Amino acid sequence: MCRIGAIKSKRKLHPAVALKLMRSQQEGHDDSGFAFVMQDMGGLFENYKDLPLLSMAATVEGTRLAEDILRELGFSRVMQWSPNINNSKGLKIEAMPNYIFEVLQYPKSFKHATKEEKEELLIDTTIRLRKTLEETNSGYIYSFWPDVLTLKEIGSPKDIGIYFNLWEENSELTSSIITAQCRQNTNYGIVRYAAHPFFLEGYTGLANGENTFFEKNKDYQEKLYKGYIGFESDSQCLLYTLHYIHKILKWPVKYFKHVITPLPYDEIIKRKDNSVLLRIKASLANLEINGPNTFLAVTPEKELLCVCDSKKLRPIVIGKSEDTIIMTSEVAGINDLIPNRDITKDIYPNEHETIVVRNDLTVERWQQ
Amino acid sequence: MAAVRINELHKNDLPWIIEYDESKCIQCGKCTAACSFNAIRPAVEQRKSNSITNKCKTERVLVIKQNISLENYCRGCGMCANVCPNGAIKAVRNKDDKYSVAYRAEKADSFKKGGRSNLNTEGRTLDKIKVGRISQMTDPSLDAQRHTFELRTPFGRVLKADRLNFDVKNGNMIETTQLPPNRWIYPVIFGDMSIGAVSWRMWEAMAIATAYLNEVMGIPICMCTGEGGIPTKLLKSRYVKYMILQIASGHFGWNRIIKSMPDMTEVPAGILIKIGQGAKPGDGGLLLASKVARYVQEIRGVPKADLLSPPTHQGLYSIEESVQKMFLSMNAAFNFRVPVAVKVAASVTSVSVYNNLLRDPYNIVGGFFLDGLAAGTGAAHEISLNHTGHPITSKLRDCYLTAVKQGRQGEIPLFAGGGLGQTGSFAADAFKLICLGANGVFTGRMLMEIAGCVGSDTGKCNACNTGLCPAGIAAQNDNLVKRLDVDKVAQNLVNYILATDIELKKLMAPVGCSSLPIGRSDALITVDKHIARRLDIQYGC
Repeated sequence: MCRIGAIKSKRKLHPAVALKLMRSQQEGHDDSGFAFVMQDMGGLFENYKDLPLLSMAATVEGTRLAEDILRELGFSRVMQWSPNINNSKGLKIEAMPNYIFEVLQYPKSFKHATKEEKEELLIDTTIRLRKTLEETNSGYIYSFWPDVLTLKEIGSPKDIGIYFNLWEENSELTSSIITAQCRQNTNYGIVRYAAHPFFLEGYTGLANGENTFFEKNKDYQEKLYKGYIGFESDSQCLLYTLHYIHKILKWPVKYFKHVITPLPYDEIIKRKDNSVLLRIKASLANLEINGPNTFLAVTPEKELLCVCDSKKLRPIVIGKSEDTIIMTSEVAGINDLIPNRDITKDIYPNEHETIVVRNDLTVERWQQ
Repeated sequence: MAAVRINELHKNDLPWIIEYDESKCIQCGKCTAACSFNAIRPAVEQRKSNSITNKCKTERVLVIKQNISLENYCRGCGMCANVCPNGAIKAVRNKDDKYSVAYRAEKADSFKKGGRSNLNTEGRTLDKIKVGRISQMTDPSLDAQRHTFELRTPFGRVLKADRLNFDVKNGNMIETTQLPPNRWIYPVIFGDMSIGAVSWRMWEAMAIATAYLNEVMGIPICMCTGEGGIPTKLLKSRYVKYMILQIASGHFGWNRIIKSMPDMTEVPAGILIKIGQGAKPGDGGLLLASKVARYVQEIRGVPKADLLSPPTHQGLYSIEESVQKMFLSMNAAFNFRVPVAVKVAASVTSVSVYNNLLRDPYNIVGGFFLDGLAAGTGAAHEISLNHTGHPITSKLRDCYLTAVKQGRQGEIPLFAGGGLGQTGSFAADAFKLICLGANGVFTGRMLMEIAGCVGSDTGKCNACNTGLCPAGIAAQNDNLVKRLDVDKVAQNLVNYILATDIELKKLMAPVGCSSLPIGRSDALITVDKHIARRLDIQYGC
């Protein structure tokens, strides 16, 4: 079973916090990988929030191919950061030759472009880069979006931390939101793209679960939007559905729960909004999920979300300190990071709830 | 040497031969009274006497004899054996049967029968498919007894989410336009068998079971009326909301339906426009005069004559036209509050028809009922029944996958029928078809089986066309109809659906589905490589 975690803080945190959060939950993972997504960046990236940040791992050839494409499109490099690699012997990691984290300036022709036009350029570029790297088997692009940094690697989380020098906190690499998972996808092939968290156009999602409606979801999503690609993990479907509901359809985020785990007809029919809910249930039947799942997400508004499957078959707990909120699979992780909190205020969400963490860290519990 | 009349019909030419044991017979007469086909008669045989006290050389013995006739011949229904107290009589299949040849040679007419195709040479695809993806360990199976399951399926046109035109007000979505009518029904529909095709007792039993399942058991099942109208009382009652009214090319019974509209208190569950039928695709409806009883005449408003629904709807030359005329008028009839669906025979061309309907910009088609070749019929030319049609499974899959290719799966719900439960596993057949893309299934055949049909797929009985159904199911003869116990049939139908409900959950639970696994073909495997390739499911061996 996967272990997942999401941290949102008023402070800027280093990924060491995410490693520490997952360390005590290690019985639930299998040393197969570690991945995290940072949003609302601080440190070195603090001053570049409006510019796209590319997170990529590639071979030398892949790096060259990506740079050629970016140059051809008119992007220019503004800033680059490289992790301080500790290549000691005996570390369990399948490292890539290059890890690229660079801030780019939009092409000049986009000087007066709208936000939507810029976003379109970024997703198109992401898809093109991914396709090129895949065809040449020369690397992986994880995110290309303003104010977002992603790292994924195969191996032992502890050793991945050592390799990238992530165990020691510093002020260079920080953000107010970090989502992390300490396991590769073990249902299907061990590939970097299958590692949670997944990212798409400002939305991040990570799940502890098995989506038994994967095929249904995938069949439908493949035709819904060009950015719904990959499907290396059945949990990507949850992220794509959130993106579709919120960004494409522009529906309030509370309807996400009604799409992935619609209420039974007999319950809907008793409600005032039954007509709308039945339409959603019919029109988006192919986006329903089944099986045990806990899903955590970050929205472009930088709010955290947490939802569970309709039978609440997977764990999740939410703990809070003055300035930080943590959602994670096991309470042990929260105990390590916020030992002195009032544990009676911990939240164990139920099957009908959507938990929302606002930017001022207030927690809302919406009942479906 | 005795004269042999080769060109006459002989007992050995008939499909069934009566075996009679005179030593067990008590001459009660029950067998001859029970035989609805008049295939046997009491007779006297003159025999050589073996008695030494009898001065006559011969004696007369009362026996049961088989009639040798093109009209009155044994169909193997077995009623004689059922009623015989001593097991003195039974019908035995004649593997050298030449009846249908003799019939054609004598009558210069196509041979007709009811029931099912008798050429099951291919083996059933559905029996070669297993539910092979079992949830275990971290992805746990559900508990069919303890967990709740959602077994409803949409019936009616489903619009893509971006066409729902919702407005957001105070964080809540509200509807802004009238959307196509949509119902949430049970995924099993009582198939379309008309009053006339079946007896009034059979039809009433189905209607009672439908109402009971809805109102008492909470199972929202729908029943399709078949083409032939329904009683006015039922039309004006609240129970009409569980009925899918059928209209076919003969428009039988619609006069009465239209006249009742002003007095109807509920709208029907749906309208089903029958274009074709799986058992005899390309052929119209056929109700022989022998089955047009007085009350059938009244409901349909017709004389006692052969009633033929033409193979095509008059005035419809294209799918587009059918959309514009027929669907629109049917939708308009109930003020666009009732889903209007179409039933077609599975055919090589089904995908084209489905595509046309999917792409119809007016969104008026609310369901696609696909009927496979193993379906039953009340009456058909044997040549159609045995040699035309397309199996349901691959064609359903084709239709579903063509929708997937366009990202439109679910927009026109698919319902599949035709031979479900043929080998005794109705719920499994239904489940597998749902996994292959059906929103639900419909069946007429299972209802007949449950009611006590004695026919089989291997030529037993299959006399639904005659009006002489020995079980009273497809009969219109008063005495035969009375053999059917309405309440008992209704009870058995209810019980069977309750059992099906449990069995569907018993299949949903191990694949980890709490709602219908529509299109979840990943849950299936097949032990046949050709089927795996054709249906795009995993091969297992």
